[in-house]
Amino acid sequence: MPLTYNFAYLDEQSKKMIRRAILKAIAVPGFQVPFGGREMPLPYGWGTGGIQVTASVIGPDDRLKVIDQGSDDTVNAISIKQFFTKTAGIETTEHTRAATIIQTRHRIPETPLQKGQIMVFQVPIPEPLQFIEPKRTQTVKMHAFEEYGSMHVRLYEDVAKFGRIATAFDYPVQVHQRYIMSPSPIPKYDNPKLHQSPAVHLFGAGREKRIYAVPPYTDVVSLDFEDYPFELEQWDGACGVCGSAHSFLDEIVTDDLGTRMFICSDSEFCRNNAGNTFP
Amino acid sequence: MYVAVKGGEKAVKNAQRLLADKRRGDTRVPKISIDQIANQLGLGVDRVMAEGSLYDATAAAMAIQQAQGDMTEAAFLVRAFRTTLKRFGNSIPIQTTEMTAIRRVSGIFKDIPGGQILGPTYDYTHRLIESDPDLDPHAPCDRPSETDTVPPDQTDPCDNASPLPGELPRVIDILQAQGLLQQDETPSKNAAADLTRQPLTFPVSRNLRLQGLTRGDEGFVLGTAYSLQRGFGIDRHPFLGELKVGYVSVRYTPPELGFEIHIGRVKLTECVMVNRQDGAEKHTAGFETGYGLVFGQNERKAMSMSLFYRSLSTSEKTGKSSFPAQDPEFVLSHCDSVESSGFVQHLKLPHYVDFQSELVFIRNRRKDQAPDRGIADAPDL
Amino acid sequence: MTGVQQEHTSLPLLQVRHLCKFFGRQLGCHDINFAVSPGEVIGVVGESGSGKSTLLNCIAGRIKPSNGSVLFSSSKGIIDLCRCEEALMRKIIRTQTGYVTQNPARSLKMHISAGGNIGEKLMAAGMRHYGEIRKTALMWLEKVEIDPCRIDDLPATFSGGMQQRLQIAANLVNAPRIMLMDEPTSGLDVSVQARLIDVLRKLVSGLHLSMILVTHDLAVARLLCHRLYVMKQGEIVESGLSDQILDDPRQPYTQLLVSSVLKP
Repeated sequence: MPLTYNFAYLDEQSKKMIRRAILKAIAVPGFQVPFGGREMPLPYGWGTGGIQVTASVIGPDDRLKVIDQGSDDTVNAISIKQFFTKTAGIETTEHTRAATIIQTRHRIPETPLQKGQIMVFQVPIPEPLQFIEPKRTQTVKMHAFEEYGSMHVRLYEDVAKFGRIATAFDYPVQVHQRYIMSPSPIPKYDNPKLHQSPAVHLFGAGREKRIYAVPPYTDVVSLDFEDYPFELEQWDGACGVCGSAHSFLDEIVTDDLGTRMFICSDSEFCRNNAGNTFP
Repeated sequence: MYVAVKGGEKAVKNAQRLLADKRRGDTRVPKISIDQIANQLGLGVDRVMAEGSLYDATAAAMAIQQAQGDMTEAAFLVRAFRTTLKRFGNSIPIQTTEMTAIRRVSGIFKDIPGGQILGPTYDYTHRLIESDPDLDPHAPCDRPSETDTVPPDQTDPCDNASPLPGELPRVIDILQAQGLLQQDETPSKNAAADLTRQPLTFPVSRNLRLQGLTRGDEGFVLGTAYSLQRGFGIDRHPFLGELKVGYVSVRYTPPELGFEIHIGRVKLTECVMVNRQDGAEKHTAGFETGYGLVFGQNERKAMSMSLFYRSLSTSEKTGKSSFPAQDPEFVLSHCDSVESSGFVQHLKLPHYVDFQSELVFIRNRRKDQAPDRGIADAPDL
Repeated sequence: MTGVQQEHTSLPLLQVRHLCKFFGRQLGCHDINFAVSPGEVIGVVGESGSGKSTLLNCIAGRIKPSNGSVLFSSSKGIIDLCRCEEALMRKIIRTQTGYVTQNPARSLKMHISAGGNIGEKLMAAGMRHYGEIRKTALMWLEKVEIDPCRIDDLPATFSGGMQQRLQIAANLVNAPRIMLMDEPTSGLDVSVQARLIDVLRKLVSGLHLSMILVTHDLAVARLLCHRLYVMKQGEIVESGLSDQILDDPRQPYTQLLVSSVLKP
């Protein structure tokens, strides 16, 4: 059994293969590129796609931030950070602005991203049409021939039934006026952050073995109707710690009586906003 | 004032420590050794090698010990290890006719050239849990011991028995000689297609189908094959053409040498199923075969694999699949235990942000009036 | 009287030339030639197994012909649907043609509301205003004589005749130039059939729609079609104006077909 691993675990051939897939994905924004995904020491569903993408783009001078549900401190984020510290020895950080690579599960940081930063998203189900058409043989054709009628019919049915579009997270978007893409299970609140973003956004689905990407300054538009436009979530109230009324809020139950309060999901943003400095 | 709960890192470290304790168990009980697992739990080792896609009994035994006997977890450990190994080439295709068989049976003929040999099998034992399972190493064997040419890496004491003759003709060759076997699929041009190196796309070639099934979760492959047998996809009784367990030599031609060398032996289970095929016209009636091949002694798995026949390939051509077991996309996308276990269990990960979005939606919906229906909605009607 | 009768009243919308389809050694249809002009309704009649549905499916791009051409007159010129790029063929089929099957449950989306079924082609073509989509769907429900109140109901709650009319609406909503219909009245009650035929007649005249109607029911053929092509064992054996064929059939096979229709 090997006691030492190649830098960032994967061998160089695998990294090259993944980089070729990433380049293809960037060349065709929103298009799902199949790749020869490897088994990683973390289970499928735990972020193996994101990890493979990060492992292929990370270098010794990178600073890595890993978040899950917006927080640096959740057990899975910690576990992934430990994986990269062990296999790549790179510096990690909780500062969004200081990070060169940010691997995320289910959120985009509140702090606006900058040119040169790389976002790596962990994706469970890369296919936006999965629950309309589960067969890949069909969805490949639908994407190829731009036959997205059934996607819009789904939205129509929502408005007819509920008076509004019912999708709350993993809200489908159209990228560069062509491919319909799943932005991963981020809340729809985060969708606008993808539009014309200065950063490059890479999406890795390990179990399904597909990679897709949104290059910098690309149009990313959430699907809607002209008379039922895309809406963001809203809460009654602001963050109980920092007072922000412009961030995604988690609900915390604070006692047995069911008392609730709302806290920023992005823990780093919350700390900064509340005026805390940290080591 | 609310203080955000921190301590994820500490929690993970403590969880890992607890796991190590639990794995060791009561320290008054002797620690289990890798040798014991490799020697006495060989069938478990075989399964982990098959699903881990790696022929390395030591790695498999270590994985079983580390996983406290959870075979799916052990297969995952072996797969992760496999990812780190360098690939330096492909062997020459093995010849299972050269197999040094320790067991070989057929259901379609009473007597076959080479003989029917039961070998080491649970098939005819009575399933009574014995309080003192002190097996006589020679008892289950049909044949008397002789000096033999069994490889040093074997772990099964019964393999000490003399194996069957070196070359055993394939039972289905009997049907082939009579012109009764249906034409098999033309072999894929890309014989080196490797499921562990490239993603699965449909339609799937035969070699990738077999790769997916041989490394698939035994439970899933077994259950799905069982459904076929019960009528959810096959409408007649399949027959066991031949089942063989034994050792096969692996040969490789290193580019630096330019000639073949023997690099080891692997224990394999091979199964050929036979099914009647009436044919569109009288003269095309015959028998079609299904094939299964697995590392180690894995008869249940090899037989299940072979039950898929060409039901998977036929339905790709005709597009007809009334039952899940006939649908290649259904079977091959869901048979991998590392994928299925990971995705099902990933629900344990926090999803509270996504759930928060759902809560917001539901709350807003309940706040609304009942939505307007149809006619009142349309602007000028 | 085999072969094609050329109608030179206007440039044909669709031309079928030497179309053949074999299934292995089994003949589906062979050396089919005809043309359809704008606003023309032609009927393809014959007994079961004569190859009518195979022919229609070849024209609709649902199966690939073994030989021959299907020439479509589009704004970009004449395109051979059998030889052009798949993406273009699919686009033309989707936007310029409609296809109605015998069993509506197989082509309607049964878990999607009536409004959604009608609206799908509009949304696929890029319509993004919910109110407009809904207004258009309501208009079409009225045109096919379905109560507009049913717009949000699932097709499973509709009667067979209603499902069939819904299917027609869903296929006409994006104003195709030609409708292909495979036995649209089979499996329906006689009175329901009559209503459907009535709806179709109004639509054809109102929209200047071309149609290829496959049917074994000569009464339906007489009511809707300008011209008829009679098929037997995969080939056209006789063709001409509907009244001409039905009142004065020349071929023995046609005579047999006509004589088997119950006279009132």
